[in-house]
Formats: sequence, structure tokens, C-alpha cells
Amino acid sequence: MPSFLVISLAVIFLASVIAPMVVRALGDRAGWFLAAAPLAAFGLFVSQAPVIASGASLVYEVDWFSALEASFALRLDGLSLLMALLVTGIGTFIVIYTGGYMHGHPQLGRFYLYLLAFMGSMVGLVLSDNVILMFVFWEGTSITSYLLIGFNHEEKSSRWKALQALLVTGLGAMAMLAGLILIGMVTGSYRFSEINGMGDVLQASPWYTAIVLLILGGCFTKSAQVPFHFWLPNAMAGPTPVSAFLHSATMVKAGIFLMARLNPALSSVGGGGLWEYMLAIFGGLTLLLAMFLGLFQKDAKSILAYTTLGVLGILTMLLGIGTEYAIKAMVVFLIGHALYKATLFMVIGSVDHEAGTRDVTLLRGLRKVMPITALAGLLAALSMSGIPPFFGFIGKELIYKAGVGLAGPDLIFLVVAFVGNLVMMGLALKAGVGPFFGKADLAALPKKPHEAPLAMWIGPAVLAGLGLIFGLVPFWVSTHMVEPAIAAIQGSTIHSLELALWDLVKPNLPLLLSALTVAGGCLVFINRRRFWAVADGVLARIRPLGAEAVYDRLFNATIWFSKFQTIRLQTGRLHDYVFFIVATAVAFLAWALFSFWGQPVSFAWASYDPLIIGIVIIMIVAAVVAVSSRSYIKVLAALGVVGFGVALLFAYFGAPDLAITQLLVETLTVVLFMFVVLRLPPLKSISKTRTRLRDAILASVFGALITVLLIQAVNIQFKSPISEQLAAMSYPEAKGKNVVNVILVDFRALDTMGEIVVVAVAALGIAALVSSGLIKRKEASK
Amino acid sequence: MEGLIAVLVGVLFATGTYCLLRRSIVKLVIGVILISHGANLLVFTSGGLLAGRPALVPSDGTVPPAPFGDPLPQAMVLTAIVIGFGLTAFLLALVTRAYEAVGDDDINAFRNTDT
Repeated sequence: MPSFLVISLAVIFLASVIAPMVVRALGDRAGWFLAAAPLAAFGLFVSQAPVIASGASLVYEVDWFSALEASFALRLDGLSLLMALLVTGIGTFIVIYTGGYMHGHPQLGRFYLYLLAFMGSMVGLVLSDNVILMFVFWEGTSITSYLLIGFNHEEKSSRWKALQALLVTGLGAMAMLAGLILIGMVTGSYRFSEINGMGDVLQASPWYTAIVLLILGGCFTKSAQVPFHFWLPNAMAGPTPVSAFLHSATMVKAGIFLMARLNPALSSVGGGGLWEYMLAIFGGLTLLLAMFLGLFQKDAKSILAYTTLGVLGILTMLLGIGTEYAIKAMVVFLIGHALYKATLFMVIGSVDHEAGTRDVTLLRGLRKVMPITALAGLLAALSMSGIPPFFGFIGKELIYKAGVGLAGPDLIFLVVAFVGNLVMMGLALKAGVGPFFGKADLAALPKKPHEAPLAMWIGPAVLAGLGLIFGLVPFWVSTHMVEPAIAAIQGSTIHSLELALWDLVKPNLPLLLSALTVAGGCLVFINRRRFWAVADGVLARIRPLGAEAVYDRLFNATIWFSKFQTIRLQTGRLHDYVFFIVATAVAFLAWALFSFWGQPVSFAWASYDPLIIGIVIIMIVAAVVAVSSRSYIKVLAALGVVGFGVALLFAYFGAPDLAITQLLVETLTVVLFMFVVLRLPPLKSISKTRTRLRDAILASVFGALITVLLIQAVNIQFKSPISEQLAAMSYPEAKGKNVVNVILVDFRALDTMGEIVVVAVAALGIAALVSSGLIKRKEASK
Repeated sequence: MEGLIAVLVGVLFATGTYCLLRRSIVKLVIGVILISHGANLLVFTSGGLLAGRPALVPSDGTVPPAPFGDPLPQAMVLTAIVIGFGLTAFLLALVTRAYEAVGDDDINAFRNTDT
């Protein structure tokens, strides 16, 4: 039943919509109720896991914008199942946890609305088979994450950081959209399942390099790879449940997911192409930079944020290495990371909630007051450190196995992975173990800590426990999540792999590297205070050189430019506005006319009627007089000449209706003008001569262009006019013998009604203006 | 004869634009009037000109005898003339009232929303 795909999505979005009402009804307990939605979706996905493991994939499709190649196509395969399980599984606990963490928050309902919408977008993103649909959900995660990161919108820094995340990921997404459309144009398909079978077509295309760079523009910004890494640590401005969710299973994993999704299409057959090296090099750089910066962090949440960056780097790097072991390592590491990172963020959130601080230099010995939280933190930190028998160990072991399989200069990636893992372990201990062990100094804390409530420890406890259980008995995970995902990423069929602890614990090079990692990590942990001592100085010195400084400069430059051009263009003087508008119109007109240059134009001056030539000359003179004269009488007369001239032209060229209307209107206008003129001051010239000359030149150029435009327009017939049909239908259909009248009152009657409304509104306006003037004058005379 | 009318339309647009660029509020009204004449003639002419052949169905026929002047631009221009008149009339009232309120016919003096 593939329709369960859309049901699982709908359930989460429905929960999002009703969340504010549920919170109003149930208060803080709403979390337990709302968690049922992601849990139900999780259950639906688990129930389909055996189907996926057998190599099948489920497709659900509803036609949407078929003309634009956008269909509502969902597809569940190994990779999307893995991601969907992580999002909904971890999401369930995040929703429960939020109830405890944001206990009594006045805007809890709004928070759940955003959070569940975010979750739904993420599930939609991983399930989409249609490229455009995926992009819609991708932007959905950007917007909802913006709302979540900036949830404490009273703080300026919070808003700034949320905007930063939105701008960086949003601009990347624009590049990605261009890349996706290029893929669609090259392959002729907007379905991931079909695109992935056409890797050879893509790679033979001259657009291949552009496609890779544009797609990576989106993935690297979303997954916070160097040099776009800076938004992720800043995204901690959101409440902790957001960070836990954002860092573990969603948002940043979206970039990784898309790279994995498109890996069969974009990776070269033998490896070692542009795609592979881009991923491996930028992933490695991200890992090293994140680990370096992470060493100096004192805020537990910051430490975790930098380890997330590091993990994203590792995952990208592994995808770039692309060997069998590397992909295996990537999938296992992805699962392991999601479990322990969500746990650690929630643990730190609990500590922050109970002790009132996240400063790891203050937090010590909390295990006595918060035993369950401490246990969850310890288990997660050990999994993150890669200690057997935790799931993290399997992941790290596979990374080293992939690394020792490399040769030549590629071995540098093994070194990078080793250094990264080593520091990561130190950071894991710092954030997950440090606060709970050692001698307690509770007096130094802002609040007196005690154990967190059930809602806040159940999630960390279960997820941390899973990290241990998966490590001990990895069979279900291996056959149902890891193997199908690897097959989907490699674009191959499913084949079983050995993923058991006892296969990995053998005396060989990877195990030795693991042992060295553990030793080094402990060393980093023990020496943590040395880094803290110099932290402020080092970070202050690095900051101006970093990517965020570039972002700041670009941002400020944009603001400056916006102000500059506003001051220049929006002067508040009517003259300038008209001038800019006309000048722009002149530029566009000139450009448009230039593209039609060289069209044959026939004038046939000789056939012109002298009567018309005379009328036109008189009108031209009158128009000039109307502009230049300072006498109202002359101006009025000149305007009248122009208007009656127009009426004569209409009459001459077979438009009697127009001529009659024009005559009436012109008479009325002149009479009206005469009434008004009595109340107005005499005409005088205000502007300087120079301004007048400039305006005259612009106006002349504009008029000349209009002349050329009209001559061209008469000569160019794009389509046969519909007037023939209108004229033919006039009598038989509408029983009218004057075609113009029939058009007005029958074929285009709605236009005429609009016209009547306009005149009526103008009349009302005039009445209001005149009567208010009368009242003022009466009051003045009293 | 389109070439000649095109020159006239160009002159109307040029003079109208020049008036719109002036600071005197009366000149603005003159500019709007001139430009609306120009625009009407522009649409009218772009359908092609044909002297003395209105699109009328003779009493004994069902279709106007070819050739006849394009009726569609004519219908549009007819609408435009009336709307142009509404606009001009409203502008005249507005300008008068504004002059009474502000006491100046220089548009640059119109800087205050209160009178």
C-alpha cells in the first residue's frame, strides 16, 4: 500500500496544524499527545522495512503540475527509509522532550507548529522522487528552521543568526535549483529514480561541471561545509530541542542526503572525478577546521555544534572517497551520529535547564543529582568516542578500514580522518562526560540542580541505549537500514555485509588506529583546560579572517548599497521619479527597437493627403504652444486644437464613434479647465535653464523612440488580427451592425463596465474634493 | 500615412513628458492630457490606418465589406478616451484643491501630509 507514504506525511503536517489547539487544551502534556504523530509515521515506516530490505521500492504518485514536470511523486527506497526512520524516530523524542524543556512557555503551541512543520518538510524531502517536489520541501525546511532558530525573536542576536542561516542556505538552494533544472534538461527527466540510471548521459554532457558545482552549492550550504560552515554554530540560538533535531537527523543532513541521493548519477564510474574530489577535499577541510575551532569552545552546546560540523565533514569526505567501505562507513556513521548527537544535545539541554548554565568550565560532578541524564550522556559520549561495543565504534572502524584501502596521495584522507576522530573523542568527553564527573561544585551554579523530569530523560535514555544495543546486535539495523541504503547510494543491488563487532575486533591496522584515537582523545580531554586558557585570544584573532567576517562584510555592503540607491533614486521629488522612469523606459525601448533593426519600412510619402498633413502640422504647433506658453488662454486654445485635431483624425480614418466621443470629451475638458484656471496662479517657469534643457533632451529622445516604435509596430504583424472574426460575428451573433459598438457592449462588455466604474469613482472623488473645499471656504468666511 | 501620424504621436509624447517633468502642478495636468492623446493615437494607428472605411455592416449584409478599419483598437481607444477624461477631470479637481490647501503651485512645496 504505497499510499501510506502520503498518510505518514499528512499525519505530521496535521499534527503541526492542530498543535496550538492541543497545547491550549492539554498544556505541557501536549507533547505526549503530539508525539503520537511522528511515532505513527515511524511505525508505518518500520512496517515497510522488510519490503525495502527485499530490494523493492514503493512509489506513490499524484499528478500535480505535469506541464512543469512537477508531480507529487513519493518513493521509498533504502536511503529514504533510513532517513525517514531517523527523522520520525528521533522526532518523536524531540517532541516529548520539548514538553519538558519549554515547560510553561507562553508560545509552546507556536513552537510545536513550527517544529512539526519542519519535521514534515524533512520527511517530505527524503521521500520525494520528483526533483521539484524535493526542492519545495527543501525550502520548507529552510523557512521552518528560520522560524525555529529565531524563536526567541525578542533577542536581536537571535534574529540575526536565524536570518544568517536562512540567507546562506536559501542562496545555496537557488544555485541548487539551477543545477537541478540543468539535470532535468540534460536527462529529460525530473525523477531521481530515472536520473540515477542516466549517470553516463550526465557525465558526457558539457554541463556536467556546472551541474556538480551548482548542486554542491546547495548541499554545502545546507550541510554547513567550508566555507559556509559558520551558520551552524550560530544556529544554536534556537531552543535546545531545535538544535538537537537540527544537528542529528534533519536540516544539515538534508545536504548529505541529497549528495547521497544523486551519488549514482554524478559520481564517475572509476572514481576520482570532479564530484569525488570536491566532496573529499571540502569534507576533509570542514572536519579539520571544525575540530580546531571546537577545541577552544567552552559552551557545551558550541562544542557539540562543532562536532556536528566535523561529522558532516567526515560524511561528505566518505561519500567522496566512494569505495564500498567508505559508503558503508558513511551510512553506519550517519545512524550512529544521529543517535548520540540527539542524545547529547538533549542531555546538555537538561543540564542547562536544571543547572542554569552550559559552561563546561563550571559544570562538574552532576552525576549524583542527575543520575539518569548522566548515564545517557555517558553512553552517548562513549558511542561518539568510538569505544567498543557501541555503535559508534563500528562506524569509526569502518572509516579506518576505508582509509587503509586508499593508496598514494589519497592516504591524506586517512590522516585527516584520524586527526578528526581523535579530537572528536576529546570533545565528546568534554561535553558528555565532563559535566557529570569530578568533584561537584554546586555552589558555583546559577541554579540548584536536580534530576530532569521524565519527558526530558526518556528520549536521551532510549536513544543512548539504542547506540549500545545496535552496537551489540547490529543485525536488524544492518539488513533493514544499512544495506538498502548503501545499495541506493551506490546505485547497485542489495548485498549483505558483515557488520558485527567480532568481525571488527581483530588485531589489524584499523584497530590499532582506533586504539591510538582513544588514547589521543583522552589526552585532548585531560588537557582541555589548556585550550580554554587561550581560547578567547585565539578565537578573537581568527574571527576577522574567517568566512563569517566575509559574510558580515557582504551583508553590510548590501545594506549600504540599498541605502545608497534608495537615497539616489527615492529623492522625494516628483521630477526625479518621472525622470528615472522615463529614462529607464527609453533604455528598454532603445534595446527592444535595436533588436528589430533593419526591418523594411515603407513610408510612401507621396500618397499622403494634404488635408491630413495640414492637420498634423497645426497639431504639432499647438502641442508646442501648449507646453511653452505662459498664458492660460493660449494654453487652453492650444489644447483644444490638439484635442479637436485628434477627433478629426479619428473621423478621417474611419472611426466615427471615436470622433464623436473625442469631440464631447474635449469640449468638456476645455470647459472644466476654464473653471479651474480662474482659481489657479499664473503660469511661471520655476526650474533652472539647465534642468529644462536636460528634460527637453530626454523628452525628445523618448518621443523620437515612440515614433520609431509606432512605425515598426505598423510594419510588423506578429499574428493575424482577431478583428476579422469579431467583424464576422458582429451581426449574426450579437445582432449589431456597428462592429466597434458591438465589441464595446457585447464582446468586451466587462471592460466597458470597468470603464464606467472608473468614471464613477473619479466623479465621486471630484465631488469629495470640491465639497471639502467649499466647507473650508465657508468656515474661513465666517 | 502611418509615418506622419507616428511623428505626431512622438511630438505629443515628447511635449507631454516634458510637461510631466515640470514643477508647476498645472503643467502636470497639461502633460497628462497630451500624453493621453498620444497614447490613444498610438493604439489607434498601430492597428493600421484606412481612410473612410468604418467597420459598419450594410443594411442588406451580415459582414462589413472589406477592407474596413480594424475595429478592435477603436474599441480600446474609445474606452481609453473616456477613462482619460475621468482622470483629467479628477486631476483638475485635485490640483485646484491642493493649491488651495498648500498655497503654492510648486510640486516641491508639497512635502507635508498635514495642511
